[in-house]
Amino acid sequence: SQTLTHGPTTPAKTPSTSRSVRTQDFSDRRGNKSTPIQTSRSAKAQQHRGRRRSGGFGGCASGRQTGPRGAVSEEGVRWDGGGRRSRGVGRIEPVSPPTQVQLNFNNLEDFPPVGAAQSPPVATKPSRRINPTPVSAERPNSKPKSCFISTPLSLPASPPAIPESAGAKLTAGSPHSLQEERELLRKERYVWAVIFSLNNIPVSMMMNLICLLSIYVHADVLEKAYLGNVHNCVYFSVRVLENQFELVSHLDKCTLRLLSENERVGTFSSSLKDHLAQAQENCTAKVSIIPFQPATDNRSNFSSDRAFHTFKKQRDVFYGFLREWEDSHKEPGWDFEAALGSRVRMMVSQLTAAGSHSHFARLFQKQLIQMCKGPCVLGSSSDAPDADLLGMLGADSLGRLKRLQQRLVQPQGLIGPCPPPSFPGHQEFFKCFLQTASCCQLNQHLKDGLCQQLLKLDEVSILGPDASPARGEETGDGDMEQQVRRFSSVLLTARLLAKFLGFISFLPYQTSELPSRDIQDTAITLRSKSSPVLDVCAVLRSSVHRRRTILTVPWIVEFLSMLDHIGPLLPFYRTALCLLLQIYKRMLLGRGGELCYMNQLLMVAVLGWLFQIPIFPEDLFFSTDLKEEVKELENITSSQGLDTLPLVDQQLLYTCCPYLGEFRKLLAAFVAGSTSKSGGLIRKITPTSAELRGPSTSRSQQKLQVDLEQAFFHNQPPSLRRTVEFVAERVGSNCVKHIKATLVLELVKGGEKTLRDSLGLEGVNTAKLNDSICAQLCDAGMQALETATRFCSENAPGAVRVLLPLETSPSVLTTAESITTRLATEKACSWLSANITTLLKREWKSAFGRVMKSVPSSVRLSAGSSCVSDCTHKVPLGSEVMIEIKSDHKPCCLMFQEVLSVAVGPRSEEEAYTVHQIESLLYRVGQTLGCRKKTDYLFLIRQLIERGLLGEEEVGTNWPKFKTLRFEAGILTNHFLMAFLVCSCRSL
Amino acid sequence: MMDSVSSSSATVADKSVKRMQICRAEYRVIGRFVEQLRPTRQCMKTLQTQFPHLPPSTLLSIFSQEYQKRMKRSMARHHAPDVIKEYYQRYRSEAKTRPAAPLLLELANQVDLSPALLARLIVECFLEERQASVASRHVLNNMLREPYLIPDLLLAKHVEQCTVNDCCYGPLVDCIKHAIGLEHEDLLRDKLRETNLSFLDENQLRAKGYDKTPDIILEVPIAVDGHIVHWIESKASFGDDHSHHTYLNEQFWSYCNRFGPGLVIYWYGFVSELDCQRDRGILLRDGFPSDIVTLCQGPARGRV
Repeated sequence: SQTLTHGPTTPAKTPSTSRSVRTQDFSDRRGNKSTPIQTSRSAKAQQHRGRRRSGGFGGCASGRQTGPRGAVSEEGVRWDGGGRRSRGVGRIEPVSPPTQVQLNFNNLEDFPPVGAAQSPPVATKPSRRINPTPVSAERPNSKPKSCFISTPLSLPASPPAIPESAGAKLTAGSPHSLQEERELLRKERYVWAVIFSLNNIPVSMMMNLICLLSIYVHADVLEKAYLGNVHNCVYFSVRVLENQFELVSHLDKCTLRLLSENERVGTFSSSLKDHLAQAQENCTAKVSIIPFQPATDNRSNFSSDRAFHTFKKQRDVFYGFLREWEDSHKEPGWDFEAALGSRVRMMVSQLTAAGSHSHFARLFQKQLIQMCKGPCVLGSSSDAPDADLLGMLGADSLGRLKRLQQRLVQPQGLIGPCPPPSFPGHQEFFKCFLQTASCCQLNQHLKDGLCQQLLKLDEVSILGPDASPARGEETGDGDMEQQVRRFSSVLLTARLLAKFLGFISFLPYQTSELPSRDIQDTAITLRSKSSPVLDVCAVLRSSVHRRRTILTVPWIVEFLSMLDHIGPLLPFYRTALCLLLQIYKRMLLGRGGELCYMNQLLMVAVLGWLFQIPIFPEDLFFSTDLKEEVKELENITSSQGLDTLPLVDQQLLYTCCPYLGEFRKLLAAFVAGSTSKSGGLIRKITPTSAELRGPSTSRSQQKLQVDLEQAFFHNQPPSLRRTVEFVAERVGSNCVKHIKATLVLELVKGGEKTLRDSLGLEGVNTAKLNDSICAQLCDAGMQALETATRFCSENAPGAVRVLLPLETSPSVLTTAESITTRLATEKACSWLSANITTLLKREWKSAFGRVMKSVPSSVRLSAGSSCVSDCTHKVPLGSEVMIEIKSDHKPCCLMFQEVLSVAVGPRSEEEAYTVHQIESLLYRVGQTLGCRKKTDYLFLIRQLIERGLLGEEEVGTNWPKFKTLRFEAGILTNHFLMAFLVCSCRSL
Repeated sequence: MMDSVSSSSATVADKSVKRMQICRAEYRVIGRFVEQLRPTRQCMKTLQTQFPHLPPSTLLSIFSQEYQKRMKRSMARHHAPDVIKEYYQRYRSEAKTRPAAPLLLELANQVDLSPALLARLIVECFLEERQASVASRHVLNNMLREPYLIPDLLLAKHVEQCTVNDCCYGPLVDCIKHAIGLEHEDLLRDKLRETNLSFLDENQLRAKGYDKTPDIILEVPIAVDGHIVHWIESKASFGDDHSHHTYLNEQFWSYCNRFGPGLVIYWYGFVSELDCQRDRGILLRDGFPSDIVTLCQGPARGRV
């Protein structure tokens, strides 16, 4: 129909991607994705392609500009397109309509309004008139609320003229019962959830989530637009969120809190609320200079005195620029080119004259990493129990303060879920420097250096010396933590370097606008002849093969995000993008793939981002090139690799994908209420009083010590630091192993002895005994810290001493030894204090079980508590009960087993028990159990559980009562009988 | 002159008594006051009585630097050939009439030129006149250092009067300044040894091929006032705006760019406002810090 010609416009990417274009992109894709359910993959792809084409693949800019705007108005959102989509969904619900029709998005009848889904005549529905108001250009200071809405909510912009579906009046006179609407929504969210889980669609997962949350947050404004009323909106999004809970649960704590505290969630799904609360619990939200190193920087490294002395000056000049930039780049009107341009070029020309580009390139690259990689501090264990304290003031404080500062200082603009590539923070300096210097020699040297280091990082070994890469196996001893840190550091560095390598490599080809077709073809022909700076395809293939995609893919994404307009059209880069796309498509979040969930999430997030930024040619989405190849590659992978290790933590995820923070902002906006009135988001920074121990002076002293330690390595050769870190890591790890093998073992042995001794005594309550011994062991376990400290002080210094050069000066050696000792101790102690109790409990539990099994049952039949009040101790023994039923002697527990075995069958006629018999038995049992002297009722139940006859969960809720009950015979008997009956009945 | 030297070494000991960080406003007051002074010991006495709360060596250093600026400003005026000629003629004629008087000192005072610099100009003229050619720098310097090498004994006596009485210029002052510099570097090393801090000095650094070398690089960094210190530079002078900025550009930033943050000791004090680059890695002190924090040895500090 004519009305829909604007609708699925394809956002052919133009260089100047304004928000509105983005918006369109998004909504367009979302529009597309409601199809996959009913069509086969290929057919679907076909259809998408078709749609895209028909929508004006070449890019109908005007359509795109007006499209989304038409969908949104300042006063409230009119979700024009929504109706259409819902209609579609309404029709394709997989259950009820027996005949599936090929959807025609251009057919209004295929997509009647929600209200119309079951009551055909659209025309009879009162339509809502919406006057579309253009959004972006006219509203330069677009307010957050509308930002959100404009991004995710404007569906494939149906033209303004489309009759509004499901309007308010419609809702009022809605033919649906609540039940029906719910049903409809239930199906729809199911559809969406399915869509979600399949990456096989041209939509970034993040877009989806943002969109959902937007629906959710802005439910009230949407009310009249689409889903009929606020409840439906919320119901819909809450349910989808519920279906996608695992994904949601990996978001940061703050987002989760905001979600779970949201009253709407509670109202509509208390289980989601509970899950969210639980997820929160689980959430473990875990300018300096390059020193002169004689080995690389002294005269012997230069070809001439002149080069040496020129470089001496250049180093100072470079840092001068950096300081000047730091001081003034935030001032209004300051411009890099204007302020530093000529001086930068002068400096670079002097470098050229002296031929010392390689030295400068090295300094530049090192400084770049130093300043832009993000804080990564030696020996900081951010998730140790004390880390909050130490972190606040110690090693981590820099990073934390930086993050806080960023929250305070940076405009909390809503960047949207797919911001264009950017150079945040100090990266801007380096980028501007390169742009301004515009020096081909420097760039070439930089490219060489960046390539070399990137490939080195890509190959780097993350695994510790003795870590087992087997999936699921706990590496323990804190090794994993070390690996996660190391991985994070490597990955962040690689991403940074890759971005700059991409920047320099594609800089010569950058144009502000997409060149015309002719120019494109010429350029493609021309550029296809020369070899690319880095063989990304080979690197990618190798990474798939060796299961290292979690490291390789994120940096390749950064590299490719810098592509110029022509770049993606070159066969080489097209192949690379196709490879990435196939990797993406083959990766299903949480579908038991080889990757760990967080690893997958990171990959999906970065890849989704890449596919969404302007340079990505969208026709590629439907390409099946290389599909087979990737499949094959994946099939012949080596069995071990980084992909199977849980290397990505939440902090890394958010560092790599800052756009994930959009969720938080969105929800914060909700909390802040009507933000448009206050003129923007309220920045909520809750001052937390850290539970600081000791006076502030000692705290700052401690921080100073950490700083001093960092400073110590600064002017020492890098090998010193590596040695210290390595030795500390190993000694700490060995220390833990040693303590496990000695202290823990001894403690548990001691506990066993106590247990055996005590069991011999009259009137011992084994349960209490168990608890008290366990508590004793845990107390004693604390001495592990002391032992660890001693172990590390004894072993670390010697190890470092042997590994450092003999010529090391005594003071350096002593310092290195003490730092190693401290790091090793810290590592061991933080692991131990977090895990020793659990470890001891586990060991003790098995020891206890062992002892209990080996001890004769007579000993076990102890009763700590008193018998029932009127107990005469004359009740029959367990075995006697047995005799009454069957005339052979068997221990009490066997009696039950026998009854049960008969109950379960197979049994002969005569074996069957009558109800009377069982009742009688149970009565006897009850009597027997009432007398604490006679039997250990706990033991019976335990036996039942152990034999799998009684579900632990069935006893579960009653277990504490069993253990602590003061024995009113009735209660006990009832509980026990209940359990027993449950068990028996199940079998019968 | 010797007075000031001995007093300066004395102040190293009792600097704790007298404040040596001066705010910029006070520095300007001193600056204005010294404008009228001549580089003589009498003037130094006046200066000390005017600012009794400041150590004499600090005052001398301030005066010396201000005076040097003044001389640089008036250089062109005094060095014009006709002016030089006139000074020489004046000396010549007066030497005939009253040879015993401190002629050159008087003349220097009159025209507000450093006596030592005037002596240099006069000797230059004298040599030119005698040899009808420009004297070599080397010969000239030797004659100033050892006036009795000057063939004219009377001139020799007057030149000696100048170089000895000038507390800002001249071979003697150069020598003293050099000595004070070395003395303080030595003092610094002694203090470091006393405090058990191990370090590499300039010579060791140069041997390793460093392109810029502060006086001291600490092998294990320390913290002073919460700031990390990797290197220490000793300056046996007063840190005023002019000299500090020169040092910053020529030395301190370079050290920072290579070795990280460090400490500059201006033994004779400094303008307090200059100590504003602490966060950027340049900390100023007017003596060896007594509040040094070192990296604790042993694992004692490990756990909270």
